[in-house]
Amino acid sequence: MDDLLREFITETNESLDVVDVELVKFEQEPNNATILNNIFRLVHTIKGTCGFLGLPRLEGIAHAAETLMGKFREGVPVTPEAVSLILSSIDRIKDILGELEAAEGEEPTGDDSDLISELERMSMSAEAVVSGGEAAEPAEEPAAAADVLPEQTMERELRPGEVSLDDLERAFRETEIEVEVADGEAGAPAAADEAAAPVEVAAPAKVEAAAKPAAKKPEKEKDEPAEKKAGGSSVSNQSIRVAVDTLEHLMTMVSELVLTRNQLLEIVRRHEDSEFKVPLQRLSNVTAELQEGVMATRMQPIGNAWQKLPRIVRDLSQELEKPIELEMIGAETELDRQVLEMIKDPLTHMVRNSADHGLEMPTERREAGKQDKGTITLAAYHEGGHIIIEVRDDGKGLDVDKIKQKVIERGLATEAEIDKMSDAQIHKYIFAAGFSTAASVTSVSGRGVGMDVVRNNIELIGGTVDLRSTPGKGSSFIIKIPLTLAIVSTLIIEAAGDRFAIPQLSVVELVRVQHNSEHRIERIKDTPVLRLRNKLLPLVHMSQLLGIYEGEDIEKAIDDDNGFIVVMQVGSQTFGVVVDGVFHTEEIVVKPMSTMLRNLNMFSGNTILGDGSVIMIIDPNGVASAMASHASSAVAEQSEDEAEETGRKAHTSQSSISLLLFRAGAPEPKAVPLSLVTRLEEFEVSKIERSNGRDLVQYRGALMPLVYINDGDQHKLEGTQPMLVFSDSGRSMGLVVDEIVDIVEDNMNIEVGSERPGVLGSAVIKDRATEIIDLGYYLPQAFEDWFMRKEMDIQALTKKVLFVDDSSFFRNMLTPVLKAAGYDVTTCDSPRQALDLLEDGRKFHAVVSDIEMPEINGFEFCEAIRRDPRFRNMPVLALSAMVTPASIERGRQAGFDDYVAKFDRPGLIAALKDVFSGEMGVAA
Amino acid sequence: MTMIENNVSAGGDTIQYVTVVIGGQLFGLPISQVHDVFVPESVTRVPLSAPEVAGVLNLRGRIVTAIDMRRRLHLPPQEDGQMMAVGIEYKHESYGLVIDAVGEVLNLPGSSAESNPSNLDKRWAEISGGVHRLDGKLMVILDVARLLGTMFPEPMAAAAA
Repeated sequence: MDDLLREFITETNESLDVVDVELVKFEQEPNNATILNNIFRLVHTIKGTCGFLGLPRLEGIAHAAETLMGKFREGVPVTPEAVSLILSSIDRIKDILGELEAAEGEEPTGDDSDLISELERMSMSAEAVVSGGEAAEPAEEPAAAADVLPEQTMERELRPGEVSLDDLERAFRETEIEVEVADGEAGAPAAADEAAAPVEVAAPAKVEAAAKPAAKKPEKEKDEPAEKKAGGSSVSNQSIRVAVDTLEHLMTMVSELVLTRNQLLEIVRRHEDSEFKVPLQRLSNVTAELQEGVMATRMQPIGNAWQKLPRIVRDLSQELEKPIELEMIGAETELDRQVLEMIKDPLTHMVRNSADHGLEMPTERREAGKQDKGTITLAAYHEGGHIIIEVRDDGKGLDVDKIKQKVIERGLATEAEIDKMSDAQIHKYIFAAGFSTAASVTSVSGRGVGMDVVRNNIELIGGTVDLRSTPGKGSSFIIKIPLTLAIVSTLIIEAAGDRFAIPQLSVVELVRVQHNSEHRIERIKDTPVLRLRNKLLPLVHMSQLLGIYEGEDIEKAIDDDNGFIVVMQVGSQTFGVVVDGVFHTEEIVVKPMSTMLRNLNMFSGNTILGDGSVIMIIDPNGVASAMASHASSAVAEQSEDEAEETGRKAHTSQSSISLLLFRAGAPEPKAVPLSLVTRLEEFEVSKIERSNGRDLVQYRGALMPLVYINDGDQHKLEGTQPMLVFSDSGRSMGLVVDEIVDIVEDNMNIEVGSERPGVLGSAVIKDRATEIIDLGYYLPQAFEDWFMRKEMDIQALTKKVLFVDDSSFFRNMLTPVLKAAGYDVTTCDSPRQALDLLEDGRKFHAVVSDIEMPEINGFEFCEAIRRDPRFRNMPVLALSAMVTPASIERGRQAGFDDYVAKFDRPGLIAALKDVFSGEMGVAA
Repeated sequence: MTMIENNVSAGGDTIQYVTVVIGGQLFGLPISQVHDVFVPESVTRVPLSAPEVAGVLNLRGRIVTAIDMRRRLHLPPQEDGQMMAVGIEYKHESYGLVIDAVGEVLNLPGSSAESNPSNLDKRWAEISGGVHRLDGKLMVILDVARLLGTMFPEPMAAAAA
């Protein structure tokens, strides 16, 4: 794409934005000739340049729109339909421009005849209205004399002719580049035009500072004075267009300069009486000024972000049939363009929301004693290093009841919790993800992706959003954002020997902790807290948050007497971060982190300090969310520790599991693994019914068959009957027992096998010989097809699974489970046997292996499988009593596709399903 | 022309390699990708980052992410001695590969590169772009794109959030 075209695109986009705004203004003030002229000129320039650059599509639309606007100039009444039509033409032009830019200068193909014919039709009907009189012109005369006069003379002459506009335009282009005359709707003898053209063309083109196309025509040069007169705003002449990249680069270089200066100052400080001192001081000042200057180039009025809003509000107003006025205060307030870009979308969204949800329909407004026309106010102002933007409407305010209802509906809070909340707290729920109070989804808003995205975007740039709402009076959103993202004032702290920078913005205060001082760290259980002015502040050590604590016991990190507490506030969350040392504050230039590190949400960037070293900048939002999850993770960690402990125990003393002891049919105890039992129930014996020769109870809306341990056993005759309920995919079976004895944690060594069906064998549990029940025997008694159900699809049936476990108990327990899910299971009691089977060429679709096995453990087994290219892609699942992140990671490294806890039967089935459906889930 | 690994596809032309030593093994980086060679000093570690990330450092005003190549190649850390680093650029960002030592610049014909031996450690194979047979030793070609490309966090993080 050549420079000319690029410049054209930028410039045209800008012009179009102006046209948008002006058109909306014009609609309200149809008699304001200045506005009309302004619009007219802009569109004309676009048209002219398009013709010059050979962009026929753009030119066609611009031309037709211009023609219609020409009618307005002649005094045709301005109708909203006409304005809408022009606006949609502008939109079309924007679309084409966008594609043009994307396609590197290739005008996209497409047909605009619909729009053009519509525009022409409108022009024609307008023509009909005025055809009688040529009276309307005087209104525009005072606007820009040099600009308008020649045209008028022409127009009067031209009126009668009726030549096709396009033909005329083409004819003109062949002689001159751009000819204003074309907008005078009717065709004409060329002579008059050509005479008028030079004067005509120059003015609009120059006013727009459309230097390139204009410069090609030497004759335009002489019109300079005329242009000066015409171009009322001289600002454009005093500013130049600079590519953002250039500025960014400049900014970077200045940052470097600042850093280098800091380094020099550091050096000079060490050398007394250095002759460098004075010039360095000078350098320092100049650098500071330069930095300020460059920063200023990045500042832009917030009005730039608001530019599109009048148009949006206008369209909304029509669409929703609510008259809306948009008031903008403080549009000149400046902020960094990076920040500006980031708040554009949230702002737009909020204004849409206010228009759609906030403001009532005119009838409602009248009933409430308000003006028909609703007002949305945008206000911006500076406040201590921040910029505050307020989006306010005078509508009905937030509907607390509706929000409450939604909150409960979505399960975001319970009714009881809601009742305790203040209105302000309830209002906050509109920022929750997927929350939308609009009763119906409209094209405007109410898609439920609104306010949470807004809040996220604002928080992303270190801002906050607050909300106030008064029923019947309206609501207002208050956004607070930092002026710039480039330079941040930070506090340099030390933790575990490393330095980090914390943005000052989120630091509320610093507290020195000493054993005998009034501020002292206390503990609730193991959670450290700080009592600070009647508030309890949760504490965490920075090195703990960052996982870099080097001491033995992480709990001790905070115990040190002489630490500092950085009290931070993020949103509504206040907490203390304990650090080892606090150095000083420093203004730093934030540099984005390498993409490789950008996933670390604990840091927002990094920078180079005065001494030349790199420092990581802490992201307060990341700390806050880590803080919020810290409490729960501490618990998790603990239970994890416990789990590991039990796991270790299990490992040393073999599989220790929870067993349910019961008595049934005989005095000796029986046991079944607790994890297999779904529920323990007691039923009134009267509830037990007999049907079709078997006992049933009505359970959860279905009939549950009862099964007895021994054939011929009877249920009790009075009182209640205890039973163990086993459920699996919607089916339940009740195993009738005499008495539930206990739940014990014990080893499961089946020492004596059993020949009797229904019993796996006997084991010593609680020092008593206990029969271990084989559930796989009883389940089919309840439903004969228990193991042959519809979930056993044909595909699963054909899948052969090799199950390796040294413990016969688990083999016996899980084989029915796998079979029930429809797999063809082969069991092995050792990896060696399994490897032999594989070696023999037995085909399996997947392997499920225990981890804790003698001789060869599961990890080694899996590695052995993976070494053989034939089995490299065969799914292998790990099954272990010990599920810790470390063991999962170890499993992943060994080549396991998934890692399932031994008692997690549904998890095992799901994992198998996953690997077979091709979703090779990484162990998680 | 024979089918050879992608980054040496220049056919009969010679390619210049900067050789580096990591854990006793000779590696070669195409010279076009090497921006500088420097001694990594005052490396700031980055908590919570991947273990292969040695940290970040200031290289003439640019922040460079240093990658511990020994760790990347699953080799034991170097006991002592001067470390070196090779500065490279990948996707417009600067990275420093921390290595044991820098060797020489070799001119090698692209066609003499051989593809990875099939029994090469999987973790090495994924970052190797082929092997050159030199006098008495082998030089493994480091494929920078693959070396760094696999280290980027999955876009899954977004989904999780």
